[in-house]
Amino acid sequence: MTRIRIENGRILDPHSGRDSSGEICIDNGTILSANDSTMDFTADITINAKDHWICPGIVDLSARFGKSGQAIKKTFSTEATAAASAGVTSVCCPPDTHPIIDSSTAVEILLKSATDSGQVRINPIGALTQGLKGDRLAEMFTLKTAGCIAVSNANQPLANYEILRRAMEYAASSDLTVFFHPEDYSLRNYGVVNEGALSTRLGLPPIPEIAETVAVSAALLIAEQSGAKIHFCRISTARAVDMIRQAKQLGLPVTADVDICHLYLTELDVDCYNSNCHLIPPLRSLHDKDILIQGIAEGVIDAVCSDHRLLSIDSKIAPFSQTEPGASTIEFLLPLMLDLANRGKLSLLDAVEKITTNPAKILNLPFGRIEPGSKADIIIINPDISWTAQGQQLISGSKCTPFEGWELQGKVSHTILDGELIFQYK
Amino acid sequence: MTGYDNIQLDKQGRLKHFLTIEGLSQQLLLDILDYAESFASVGDRAVKKVPLLRGKTIVNLFFEPSTRTSTTFELAAKRLSADILNLNMATSSTSKGESLLDTLRTLEAMHSDMFIVRHASSGAAHFIANHVAPHISVINDGDGQHSHPTQAMLDMFTIRKHKKTFDTLRVAIVGDILHSRVARSNIHALKILGVNEVRVIGPKTLIPRDIETMGVSVYDTLEDGLKNVDVVIMLRLQKERMITASIPSEYEYFNRYGLTQEKLKVAKEDAIVMHPGPINRGIEIDSTIADSEQSVILQQVSNGIAIRMAVMAMAMGSNSESSNY
Repeated sequence: MTRIRIENGRILDPHSGRDSSGEICIDNGTILSANDSTMDFTADITINAKDHWICPGIVDLSARFGKSGQAIKKTFSTEATAAASAGVTSVCCPPDTHPIIDSSTAVEILLKSATDSGQVRINPIGALTQGLKGDRLAEMFTLKTAGCIAVSNANQPLANYEILRRAMEYAASSDLTVFFHPEDYSLRNYGVVNEGALSTRLGLPPIPEIAETVAVSAALLIAEQSGAKIHFCRISTARAVDMIRQAKQLGLPVTADVDICHLYLTELDVDCYNSNCHLIPPLRSLHDKDILIQGIAEGVIDAVCSDHRLLSIDSKIAPFSQTEPGASTIEFLLPLMLDLANRGKLSLLDAVEKITTNPAKILNLPFGRIEPGSKADIIIINPDISWTAQGQQLISGSKCTPFEGWELQGKVSHTILDGELIFQYK
Repeated sequence: MTGYDNIQLDKQGRLKHFLTIEGLSQQLLLDILDYAESFASVGDRAVKKVPLLRGKTIVNLFFEPSTRTSTTFELAAKRLSADILNLNMATSSTSKGESLLDTLRTLEAMHSDMFIVRHASSGAAHFIANHVAPHISVINDGDGQHSHPTQAMLDMFTIRKHKKTFDTLRVAIVGDILHSRVARSNIHALKILGVNEVRVIGPKTLIPRDIETMGVSVYDTLEDGLKNVDVVIMLRLQKERMITASIPSEYEYFNRYGLTQEKLKVAKEDAIVMHPGPINRGIEIDSTIADSEQSVILQQVSNGIAIRMAVMAMAMGSNSESSNY
């Protein structure tokens, strides 16, 4: 176990609301102290964090470290390195990996990959239905015992509302939060872009806004009736924000996240058939984007995730409808959140909260905080580094990014996971 | 918005690829019409050929079935003295798993000069133009529900033959607007050429969302929509594209939206009736109309050859000159 002292940095801890300079001592994987003054502590490593920011490690509510149809262990370690370099210390892995997380064996494979890499904590999300086929409940309690922190059917459809109701009831009685992707598959109807002027002009199959809002309203009603805790994954529409706001006002146990792309891009970025902007859910209108940002600022949306997907370049080189949806995003989550703060859309502490403290709370995990006794998952940020996004320069094996050429500010200089320094920017 | 005009035109602003009408200038559209005019008489000569594209190889790539358009392209290419290769990709290598990009590389290696592309995916022609070798021109022969620019130009050519000027015209496009690339290209062309009004007529299920942003007005019924129009463009009911139920039955569709002598009465007396073909008689158009004097459907087909000759010659012209630099 390494003893680490971080001195002279600005400590940003959303959990306690702290934003002040200080010193952190870490021993035995745990934060020993986080004080204003120096304490008597012999460190193996001392990091001078002058002009740097110290935050809890990022908790990413969705990132995929496997390619579709390919065993996850082949690609895991590269993605884990990318995560560490991006300051992501905990990752929720949706169940639609290979193998599908619907058995304790699948959970073990995933957790073993994480242990072997030693670069990231993995929080598996178990399948809601067997094989994600949408018609029979998965063994949720077994999955929970094996280490799953929530259940979800990922982006796969459920056969009917009866299954959703029973799945929510069973999850509720297993004390598992349901991670729900709000999309009505019949209304989506083979669509690939947001329905509106752009889909009409480009002649691309549209996904109407109601594909999301109908699903949100149905899930809210069923969750209320079943008593399930529900977390909405990747909402993308203004009206979904409204509905979730109302549900929260009624006191329902509802949380929600949005992915980072939807805070920066709109359907207009799809113009000229830019396949790197082919995402799930689809990029929506400028109005939707603005309301999503407002929803974050107001706390209606609790968390922001990367929704990182591992895709080969080939999967994006085809006519738009035939390309795979998704993007390589994990390395952009932090700088783009910092940019939101920089542009005054939310405070710096709030920006950090959405990717650390809040997602940890949703998962009921003891991370995302800097206080004595808590797990030492900590990142140090150099806010002064400017860099240009280049897909080919990404550490991730997935080079497909909609942010190609963007000028970004801020980089992780150190990542500490479980009290060990696992990444240092050179 | 961005990019189209860049990729379609060369540095001198001349046509390099012909992918969509959107973003092209009125002058360029008029140039195409004028140039086509000069080819219109070639078909009447004893020797139906001009040597403009002698020695050029044109590859007709259809990734979805096409009969009449690819035939007109073939005829147009032959009248320009080009060599033309027809490749039915639906039954060829792409169905064996070869990627579209690999197929293109293979065809480039055969020293082709131009690809004519028909594909079921919107944006396919644009995608190909973005990835081909710089000396190759791409002509869009219809991509998904996006664009069919040569059809639009031959429609404009036909309209100009009968109506002389565009700016006073009221044009109605009737039927399955949702799935129609012809409708989208025609709307762009008509707007660029400055017509007085473009209307689209159809049930809400066949009208794409926010189509008003393309500068058209939407009508639910033929009775209202056809009032005082100069041109009626009927669209084929694309039964093969109807993934979801959009109309209750062909019978009810014909009752509401099928063009009959009776319904046409509210249009201007000298209104012309157009259809991109192939027509479904008794579903979108009554036989008596299709065969009437007001119908210009067969002229559209012959005009298609002149238009395609003009577009191919222009695109290739930009090519051969720029390669001399």
